[in-house]
Amino acid sequence: MYFATILLQAAPASTLGTANPISIAMFFLFVAVTMYITYWAAKKTKTGSEFYAAGRNISGFQNGLALAGDYMSAASFLGIAGMVATKGYDGLIYSIGFLVGWPLIMFLIAEPLRNLGKYTFADVVAYRLRQRPIRIVSSVGSLLTIAFYLIAQMVGAGGLIRTLFGLQYELAVLVVGIVMTAYVLFGGMLATTWVQIIKAVLLLGGASVLVLLSLARFGFSPAALFDSVTTQYGEEMLAPGGYITNPFDALSLGLALMLGTAGLPHILMRFYTVPDAKAARKSVFVATGFIGYFYLLTFLIGFSAMALVGKAPIESIDKGGNMAALLLAEQTGGTAFLGFIAAVAFATILAVVAGLTLSGASSISHDLYVHVFKNGISDEQGEIKVAKRATIALGILSIVLGLVFKGQNVAFMVGLAFSIAASANFPALLMSIIWKKFTTRGAVWSIATGAILSLVLIVLSPTIMVDIMGYEEAIFPLKNPALVSMSGAFLMGIVVSLLQPEPAAAAKFESEKLRTYLGVGAE
Amino acid sequence: MQIPDTHSPHEVINSPAFRQLVRRRWSVSLVLTLAMLTVYFGFLLVVAFNKAYLAQMVGKNLTLAIPVGLGIILFAWLLTGIYVYWANNHYDQEVANLKAKVK
Repeated sequence: MYFATILLQAAPASTLGTANPISIAMFFLFVAVTMYITYWAAKKTKTGSEFYAAGRNISGFQNGLALAGDYMSAASFLGIAGMVATKGYDGLIYSIGFLVGWPLIMFLIAEPLRNLGKYTFADVVAYRLRQRPIRIVSSVGSLLTIAFYLIAQMVGAGGLIRTLFGLQYELAVLVVGIVMTAYVLFGGMLATTWVQIIKAVLLLGGASVLVLLSLARFGFSPAALFDSVTTQYGEEMLAPGGYITNPFDALSLGLALMLGTAGLPHILMRFYTVPDAKAARKSVFVATGFIGYFYLLTFLIGFSAMALVGKAPIESIDKGGNMAALLLAEQTGGTAFLGFIAAVAFATILAVVAGLTLSGASSISHDLYVHVFKNGISDEQGEIKVAKRATIALGILSIVLGLVFKGQNVAFMVGLAFSIAASANFPALLMSIIWKKFTTRGAVWSIATGAILSLVLIVLSPTIMVDIMGYEEAIFPLKNPALVSMSGAFLMGIVVSLLQPEPAAAAKFESEKLRTYLGVGAE
Repeated sequence: MQIPDTHSPHEVINSPAFRQLVRRRWSVSLVLTLAMLTVYFGFLLVVAFNKAYLAQMVGKNLTLAIPVGLGIILFAWLLTGIYVYWANNHYDQEVANLKAKVK
């Protein structure tokens, strides 16, 4: 049990931040393979359903892996491992929040979404309501969610790649922006899906090897690992610490993570890539299993890093502990393995931003261009052209945002994206599926309330007022606004719908049921 | 009484079989959703109000918090498995029967 400390003293200085030839070679290999896949996908991507939904030919298992790939960001890999490595058990509480939304996607959303929609979740909300107003507000909800998520990813990517490869921040942002735009632009959903699958396999495989190499130092005994942790840092590392103190804060963040997952446009869009509701359901089962396994791995990686690398060395490189997994990789597998894990982290970022960009482009082309500007009369090739232009615009925008927000504290943006997804997107989607009396006005007010409350309250919350702006106290007490903004969105949707009924929408509910439950007429 | 083989969509939607299908689907979903919400928010409440309970040792270098936390991850996955099992073995059959009746 003491060899951990001996190892620590013997550990060589980290090569992090210098150009590692293995990681650069690995990264180029990844880009070469995914570009070849994009080339292959481009030849099969002609129609709208091919561009947006990979021709609906992805199997349930493949889509499960791709969903996991879309969801397991570099931030969760490095961030949660780092949180465990520096704060102990609290990191697990955080990761559990990200997992428990998945079963709810299956029970409440996945099958009706697959049966009712075509390319975006707004298809479902607008199914029996008036197209124009719904498409406008839901694309605003989608694009806000995507924008905040994208900024967090791009800024994280720039910083991470600088630390990993010694590459300049600006150059890193540029590379990520250009490569991911190429995937989406040429290969559409088919290429994006395979990028997600390859990335998921690499990430799960790499993290598994890292756990095995680490546990080997403890004779493959987690008990010996925990023993080393408690000997060095005390038993309190294995129990909840200061992460959750205020129950309302816990409830609000919990709601945001849980129901926000069910409102993320890039996740919802993936359900259109499978042939039917049965495959949609299977893909959630597969995704939940892989994501759960991934969080188990990050938990063990975090504690291994704490025991083998040590808290102080981890925090000396990055205060939030983000480099914990990489330092552990270097210590257990040498420079070559560090290079591999660094390349996997880079690939992870690319895949996630590609998924976000594709869903943003479909919201612009399918929801806004076709249903708002063209009154729903879509000329397929015209729609794809707009989608491709939107992809280029979003690619440029993500690079610009990455540069503008350089050095800013953007960690709160992921929480904000989840809050908007839980408040603007999820309530309207759920009510449109299950509630006969839901009206166009109700949906518009619900989405607007959810989005505006999320934005206003986050600015007034301790997350921004205290942590970023430096005030003593915040006007709004909760760190994440979802408890209030989501309740507000549901309440507004219900009250407005009841005040002014929409008989035309209610009349269509019965025939909608045939499609919702039996899949009759599903695309 | 003569039962025709196919029905109009309106007849199918108003048939007892279809109503029961919808009711049962949401009952299963609701029970599983409540199970997930109860376990997760129950856990958060214990973390917020009684950290000492989770910090108690249940083995050498093993706090109760660790099996509980990892157990929730496993529980979430099992719930999705239960739903898939139910849907594949009961729901899909009913859906196929009803779908065949729609003209």
